[in-house]
Amino acid sequence: MIKRYFKILSLILVFLFIMVPLFGQEDPIAATNAAIKNLSVGLDTAWVMIAAFLVFFMNLGFAMVESGLCRSKNAVNILTKNFIVFAISSISFWIIGWGFMFGDGNPIIGLTNIFFVNGGKDVGYSSIGWTQVPIWAKFFFQLVFAGTAATIVSGAVAERIKFHSFIIFSFVLVGIMYPITGHWIWGGGWLASIGFFDFAGSTVVHSVGGWAALAGVIFLGPRIGKYKANGSVNPIMGHNMALVTLGGLVLWFGWFGFNPGSTMAVGDGSAIAHIAVTTNTAAACAIISATIISWIVLGKPDLSMIINGALAGLVAITAPCAFVGVGSAAIIGLIAGVLVVFAVLFFDKMKLDDPVGALSVHLVNGVFGTLAVGLFAQDKITGTATGNGLFFGGGFNLLGVQALGVLAVGAFTFGIAFLVWLVIKSIFGLRVPKQEEIRGLDIGEHGAQAYSGFQIID
Amino acid sequence: MKLVVAMIQPYKLEDVKKALFDAKITKMTVSTALGCGQQAGYTEEYRGAITEINLLKKVRIEVAVNDEFVQPTIDAIIKAARSGNIGDGKIFVTNLEECIRIRTGEKGKDAIG
Repeated sequence: MIKRYFKILSLILVFLFIMVPLFGQEDPIAATNAAIKNLSVGLDTAWVMIAAFLVFFMNLGFAMVESGLCRSKNAVNILTKNFIVFAISSISFWIIGWGFMFGDGNPIIGLTNIFFVNGGKDVGYSSIGWTQVPIWAKFFFQLVFAGTAATIVSGAVAERIKFHSFIIFSFVLVGIMYPITGHWIWGGGWLASIGFFDFAGSTVVHSVGGWAALAGVIFLGPRIGKYKANGSVNPIMGHNMALVTLGGLVLWFGWFGFNPGSTMAVGDGSAIAHIAVTTNTAAACAIISATIISWIVLGKPDLSMIINGALAGLVAITAPCAFVGVGSAAIIGLIAGVLVVFAVLFFDKMKLDDPVGALSVHLVNGVFGTLAVGLFAQDKITGTATGNGLFFGGGFNLLGVQALGVLAVGAFTFGIAFLVWLVIKSIFGLRVPKQEEIRGLDIGEHGAQAYSGFQIID
Repeated sequence: MKLVVAMIQPYKLEDVKKALFDAKITKMTVSTALGCGQQAGYTEEYRGAITEINLLKKVRIEVAVNDEFVQPTIDAIIKAARSGNIGDGKIFVTNLEECIRIRTGEKGKDAIG
């Protein structure tokens, strides 16, 4: 009898011994799902980070375009500005910018966990919860965008602004102004809730940088020698078109991170591919139309206009890149290339001296690109339910919302920038003394030359 | 025949060129130059080390003229290049022995044209 019990007992023990490891493990299907989820987050993160690094590389593009289009006596100054501006952006966006932009709050501004990205704990940022990448990936990706907005200002105010005044303005722009309008559109604010669409930042990044720059250009006034006594324009040539070309191509390359990266997820890859092609098509068409228009209007195919044409097309397609077809992207690019040439001539005529054409590229085409969503959008072309634009049977609804967003962001940014420039002007001054401007800011602000030992006239 | 050589501020070049054209003086040679006069120069900093740079960037304009054009040339340069500040530059006038146009072999007054 005991022997029989012992036999049963030992069978149970053996059975348990076999089963224990199985009970200890998770359900195999759940384990596989977890691994897939892990892989998917990893893939998304890798993509977002690579895209962010490409956008970071655009700092080089801006530095080359801006320094090449300025005179050699100001090259050190503009390169220094381009270098330090990303440092300023990194710190101010980390301290407060991210929180104002993506913190949960009211429709105007973020108010939750606003300081220092909450130490990296992803709490209170529900508006950007749609992407599954880690918080620091979200932060870094958004940071490089904020840095771009600040860089736009540096070109427009070049060759005459005091170095420290520019630094202070950049800090305020990235810490406060950019995040507030960014909150309206990308942070779950009031423009997002009425159905305003800006995929990668024609308005959020480019026109904000453009409006801030416009206020600065108005305060600074034109460079000495830009206008003749009779008021006609005296062209001030850039000193190195090879640098401008290098910068133009670097920016074009970087835009493949700017636009396709704004998916912030890989998905099945189709959206990324679609956006890469719309982006490139718009740039290509804008180059062609800028070439033709400058040839007709100015008599020769002007390289600086052609490169600005490429940038204009890229800025214009930034908002609609995920919402329009490739054919529409081509038309948007063609229009952008025409706009930029006439905008450069227009700003010159209005005595708004913009040495690199930043207003024509980023402001004019940022506005146009945002409106283009209202004209050319096709519902769910890459999955986003935008509704159709005017040319695809959607009526004026979307176009009206886009126009409202353009006006609201423009009025706010221009107004605040005007005040900030005013305050900086009254405390620190904005413009370098006349004698320093004539000799060049390199010596006046930095005590150095870009091409020491070379003899260049200006 | 005289050779008028002017050292001017680089940013005044466009104005001087225009003033010369307006005075019907259309032939000139322009080159970059480094120099200093009463102006003390400036200091430059590189990697923390300060160097004294006393040569400033200037532009040198050379115009060969027949005698009746000497004064108009000088007047035009002064009118356009003078800002009233130290560093506006100087004009040197020297006698010119001969002038030969390479293409035709013409000499003297005709060669200056």
